[in-house]
Amino acid sequence: MKKTPNITKKQIQHIANLANIPITQTEQKKLQTAFEETLNTIAELQSVDISNVEPTHQVTGLTNILREDIVNIDNMFTQKQALANAKQTHNGYFVVPRIIEEK
Amino acid sequence: MHNTLTLKQAISKLKNKELTHKDLYQAVSDSVQGKNKKLNVYLTVSKNPEKQAEELLDTPLAGVPIAVKDNFCTLNLRTTASSTVLDNFIPQFESTVITKLKKAGGVVYGKTNMDAWAHGSSTETSQYGRTLNPRNIDHLPGGSSGGSAAAVAADMCIAALGTETAGSIRQPAAWCGVVGLKPTYGRCSRYGVVAMASSTDSPGPITKTVEDAAILLNHIAGPDKYDATTGPHGVPDFTQYIGKGVKGLKIGYIYKDLKGLEAVTKIFEKEMKVFEKLGATVTVVDAMNPRYGISVYTIVQRGEVSSNLGRYDGIRYGNDRSHFGDEAKRRIMLGTYTLSKGYADQYYNTAQKVRTLYIKNYEELFKTYDVLIAPTSPGFAKKIGATQGAAMFGELEDLLLEASSLSGLPGISIPCYQDPKTNLFLGMNIIAPMWREDLVIQVADAYEQATNWNTWRTKEKAKK
Amino acid sequence: METITTEKNTYKLVCGMEIHAELKTNSKMFCGCKNDPFGAKQPNIYTCPVCLGMPGGLPVANKTAIEWTIKVGLALGCKINLFSKFDRKNYFYPDLAKAYQISQYDLPFCYDGVVETSYGPVRITRIHLEEDTGKLQHTTINGKKVSLIDYNRSSVPLMEIVSEPDIHSPEQAKEYAKKIRDLLRYLEVADCDMDQGGMRLEANISLAEKSAQKLPNYKVEVKNINSFRFAEQAITYEMDRQAKILDDGKTPVQETRGFDSVKISTFSQRTKEDAEDYRYFPDPDLPPITFTQKQIDAMRNELPELIIEKISRWEKEFAVEPRYSNLLIDSTQTAQLLEEAFTTLQKNNQEPNKLANVLANKKLAFEKTVEKLVQKFSELFATDTVPESEILSVINSIMEANPDAVAKYKAGQKQVVGFFMGQTLRAIGKKIDTKELTKLLQQELEK
Repeated sequence: MKKTPNITKKQIQHIANLANIPITQTEQKKLQTAFEETLNTIAELQSVDISNVEPTHQVTGLTNILREDIVNIDNMFTQKQALANAKQTHNGYFVVPRIIEEK
Repeated sequence: MHNTLTLKQAISKLKNKELTHKDLYQAVSDSVQGKNKKLNVYLTVSKNPEKQAEELLDTPLAGVPIAVKDNFCTLNLRTTASSTVLDNFIPQFESTVITKLKKAGGVVYGKTNMDAWAHGSSTETSQYGRTLNPRNIDHLPGGSSGGSAAAVAADMCIAALGTETAGSIRQPAAWCGVVGLKPTYGRCSRYGVVAMASSTDSPGPITKTVEDAAILLNHIAGPDKYDATTGPHGVPDFTQYIGKGVKGLKIGYIYKDLKGLEAVTKIFEKEMKVFEKLGATVTVVDAMNPRYGISVYTIVQRGEVSSNLGRYDGIRYGNDRSHFGDEAKRRIMLGTYTLSKGYADQYYNTAQKVRTLYIKNYEELFKTYDVLIAPTSPGFAKKIGATQGAAMFGELEDLLLEASSLSGLPGISIPCYQDPKTNLFLGMNIIAPMWREDLVIQVADAYEQATNWNTWRTKEKAKK
Repeated sequence: METITTEKNTYKLVCGMEIHAELKTNSKMFCGCKNDPFGAKQPNIYTCPVCLGMPGGLPVANKTAIEWTIKVGLALGCKINLFSKFDRKNYFYPDLAKAYQISQYDLPFCYDGVVETSYGPVRITRIHLEEDTGKLQHTTINGKKVSLIDYNRSSVPLMEIVSEPDIHSPEQAKEYAKKIRDLLRYLEVADCDMDQGGMRLEANISLAEKSAQKLPNYKVEVKNINSFRFAEQAITYEMDRQAKILDDGKTPVQETRGFDSVKISTFSQRTKEDAEDYRYFPDPDLPPITFTQKQIDAMRNELPELIIEKISRWEKEFAVEPRYSNLLIDSTQTAQLLEEAFTTLQKNNQEPNKLANVLANKKLAFEKTVEKLVQKFSELFATDTVPESEILSVINSIMEANPDAVAKYKAGQKQVVGFFMGQTLRAIGKKIDTKELTKLLQQELEK
């Protein structure tokens, strides 16, 4: 593991864009400090010997928990239910301000 | 004073017609009316909950009022996870645990305050204001299930539900002097619970006594077809482990010589002797240093959080992403960073490997010991405002719990000391191998019955 | 067109394809909602907490979709990962309800397969399973430009087949993609309706100097190709465009481009750099999937006879020409129907290839049952009974009217038989067995 990297303001902004979080200049600065504190703490893992250790992503050891291909109407929303919490809807659709045409 | 009844007492009195639902709900309502403004325990209270309760007399839980952490989706009842992002969110569906609770005859009395998105160990990060510790209002209740723990401590409900990712049930239970049971990961369904760290989130009971926790767990546990990570393990009747004692059990006392724990250890050592008197053997054992757990947990949890909170975009429900509070923003961004190109291996993958080391260490210890015991938290409840400017506050307060949470183990926190000056409690954390809640309940109950730290048990004994 | 020659250089095409196909399971990939986005009469009627990305919604994987993916992999000669898992691919877009797509990162279900084309083999890198997104529609409401979102398609199972850059001509790309579609239809796992977006093509296109050994150091990804012809056109267009850039001594920009089917050209779709980091990690909500070798072997044994095997067997057993078979087989159901019809015809001393011919040339439509099909076929070739004496008298009168033609025949121009055949048929005005008629004509002309 490398040494704790310094986090620049530019990086903070880049991460904010990736995370889709709008941040202000003041927040940018606060986040920079918080990042450094956290990254310093977690740098501690550098001292643990993890050679030949497999990662654990799930603790239950379960495998092959699958669903039969059956339509489950019980859990489906009606259109009205689906849209019930939306701020803006139109003819059964959710509505957002126009985004660029293509991905 | 019916609100001070334990779950067991309330069910029994209702069934024996010694108590009416009307009187029970009136008592709870009076308690809530009197205290909620000050303590800020409930964010939302159900409309006329006693109305549905009356018809539930013949069910196992007989219609008792249960306080529910505000991250369980409750059908037609506002669910915010204490964030204004979900300020007006009225779920069109129900979480599995609540479905089960209702089926067993539990009534959702109201939704309790928490750290926003369950990020924290103080309930101070709630965007609806902090909750105060009912034992001493200058102090924090802990968190993230602080509202549920406070609701139990203040008798503003009969029992409560919380969720834990790494300490969020046990730490507030310890700070509020109540019982908090964190089940094995996969024992209770996460379906419909606002996801925090998916690989460790565990719903569980927060109650007045160990027996109450066993009763409630009976009705919320079990495999769920909507949650692929729930285990297929059958659910035993956990109440059968009440009163079994600890004779012949082997107990490992861990973290005794951990630096920074000296003051707590001084009190705690004495309490561990109780088990010897009850016929168990207590051995001080070394466990892998818990401090790496902070880092592992921080990395894993922030990573999963950054992904889990991506869906809150204000399109299908709720408000847009500008409504996230500081703590959520910090966590989302840190997780985004540690999962990003060029850093994932250094952080995320390393953390998951250290996680394996903890699991192996526990497996090794459980070859010799039935349960492992340590203090729940490094100290008493902190004063209000303590989280200000401390980016790692929760992680440090949950130091003694993170490693076992990351390993998926079941654990319980029970009161094991009360400071006569501050009125504040210390908690004892008992952990067992995966799927062995029975052991956790058995050992915790034996201690609770043999000591006078549990407020409700003590009152019960005094009556006799 | 394998190469493109400019005034300065000759380049060869280096192209790989990514093909997405929606599987036609009953329910969606990670929830029990109905999988029928194209059949839905209203938007947002097939949703639930899971595919709508509600708080606490959790995925549970569809067993059939996984089995079908393995099936396709085996049919393409792929190896199967005995341990695989689902990962989260994180990015923000309004049609992606959870802000992550559940996909497979480093352990896809299938890898290392091959598709044989008439231009050479195209290796399959991997086949993985993921979920589709919702659908966006752009419009204006009360003067405001908006996008409408329908989540009926959200979390529909989507199979992605990724090839190696083994495609060396636009024609090969077209054939490769068609073969994949035919296979998916034949195995009855996908409808591959390209107009609706049920199958989508992407091509990674670059050019190398003809003699170059190494792969080019850039690639251009062209997306949104929704027909085989467009795939051909897009690649041809890109070859021209990239050759011009390379001629100028520059390297084409590595980017994503869209295909404009009206202008028959591609256009830059470069997204912000920020959006490129997907932060993949194993989905903690979905336990891994394991298989034993025994299970995989059993699945391989259950595979229907593959198209390519069937075509060559039909040629041997029924003398059916492969060009017809190729056109006709588009599902196991049709294949089964044809097989039975061919067997019946052979028993009746009729020619199976004739049936293949008329079906391929659309002179005869498919019928629901074998009996009906054979009957219709026989009707098509049925002959009226006309007394031989009547035919002979017609032939003789035609011969009398055309002495020149008779002379030509006698002089050795045997092809004039055709002329007499036409004349006779017209004169009689009925369907008669042409084989018999030829015999009679020859007999009379030889006299």
